[in-house]
Amino acid sequence: MQDTKAIIPEPASSLLSFVQSNTGQNISSCYQCGKCSAGCPTAYAMDIGPRQVMRAIQLGLKDEILGSSAIWLCVSCQTCSVRCPREIDIARVIESLRLLSQAEGTPPAQREIAVFHRAFLQQVRIFGRLYEVGLGIMYNLRSGHFFNNMNRLPSLFAKKKLRLIPQRTKGVSDARRIAARVKKLESELK
Amino acid sequence: MAKVGSNTGNQTAERVYSYYPGCSQLATAEEYDVSARLVSRKLGIELRELEDWICCGASAAHSTDHWLSLALPAHTLKQAEEAGLPLAVPCAMCFSRLKFALHELENKETRDIVSHIIEKELSTAVAVEPMLKILADESLPIPVVKPLSGLKVACYYGCLLVRPPEVVKFDNAENPQTMERLMQRLGAEPINWGLKTACCGAGVAFPRLDVVLKLSYRLLSLIKASGADCVAVACPMCHANLDMYQKDMKAKFGEKLDLPVLYFTQLMGLALGFSPKELLLNKHITNPLPMLRKKELI
Repeated sequence: MQDTKAIIPEPASSLLSFVQSNTGQNISSCYQCGKCSAGCPTAYAMDIGPRQVMRAIQLGLKDEILGSSAIWLCVSCQTCSVRCPREIDIARVIESLRLLSQAEGTPPAQREIAVFHRAFLQQVRIFGRLYEVGLGIMYNLRSGHFFNNMNRLPSLFAKKKLRLIPQRTKGVSDARRIAARVKKLESELK
Repeated sequence: MAKVGSNTGNQTAERVYSYYPGCSQLATAEEYDVSARLVSRKLGIELRELEDWICCGASAAHSTDHWLSLALPAHTLKQAEEAGLPLAVPCAMCFSRLKFALHELENKETRDIVSHIIEKELSTAVAVEPMLKILADESLPIPVVKPLSGLKVACYYGCLLVRPPEVVKFDNAENPQTMERLMQRLGAEPINWGLKTACCGAGVAFPRLDVVLKLSYRLLSLIKASGADCVAVACPMCHANLDMYQKDMKAKFGEKLDLPVLYFTQLMGLALGFSPKELLLNKHITNPLPMLRKKELI
């Protein structure tokens, strides 16, 4: 019995049922064929691939999943979801794990990707739309990679690719109100 | 369905859409917006830009905040619903986020919560269509004045236009053909190749350029080996990843690619007789002009 416990830890059922109810996906039906990992464009860079993520949910290996790079390197291309013979929406499952890891305060295994997403949404809250130059500056400052993309600036300027002035929209008040109301709702849901 | 009415003095049916350009199309992907508007006007399609629209949240919102990822596009869906016209969307990312939101809003409980967030009653009675579907509509005549003869084009769809099918409801997830048929109508020759819905690395270029280089190089090297002269895309992220980093790929993988990457609307524009300048063909990092001159297309 001791051995079985080591393999299938206590909270297995709780993680499994959380993810299943959160996503509406029947993860227990995954029979580990590996088609998801085979088609995943970023699996090569992950510590555990999508197939292993699915198995880890079945086994309740919560810390391993929430601390994995897989949940951050998933680019939501949807290939796994479209190809799964068990019709599990794997991309959606991984998205829910990414959200869970943030809700639980797990440090992201790919810190820069999390920093990028936050810097992006910050632009939306400030301007109502993405300000690409602002995103570049904020990403560099927050990630600590101060000179990221700097070598590209001459060619971007030469081709007039960069829009230096942020776009103006009166919708910025809508964007800010929506962001504030989402925050309020999410704190109520906690 | 687009509103169809008769256009005085013109035999072509008038098609009217609301238009959601998306943030990138007014910045780094300006040429996509400009060429989409030019081509639409030429084909008798009227695009009415939504007023004071806001960002869809892109992958940043749905990666980090479930309700925000629904509420931001829901605001746009509500604007489109109020305008009473189908919504035309050039950017594959915006298109995907709007379609995902529509899909999720079919659930009454979700719809009530998102309606509460945006303080407006939402419905799902709004059509969202990718610019590619609208402009490639085979019932729409294309008055080609300059056929793209001898131009071999690799049509690249990427992920978000065609996946997942039950959400986007457009073409085919593994082997779409819309762009190929369009290119044939323009007189170009679409090539066969195997990765047209494979991922280019999407939005991770800032934090993980190595991933983008690997994935995008895989696409470009296959396209090059397949004998294409250029790549046609319908997404600003695909465009940036394939166009901007070819020098980095040469340094990393040792292959000189020099493969121009154009928006499908720019190729349409060339066939319709617009000049390279009007189509902003000079804005790409990988310069397409020498290749187009060699092919005597400009």
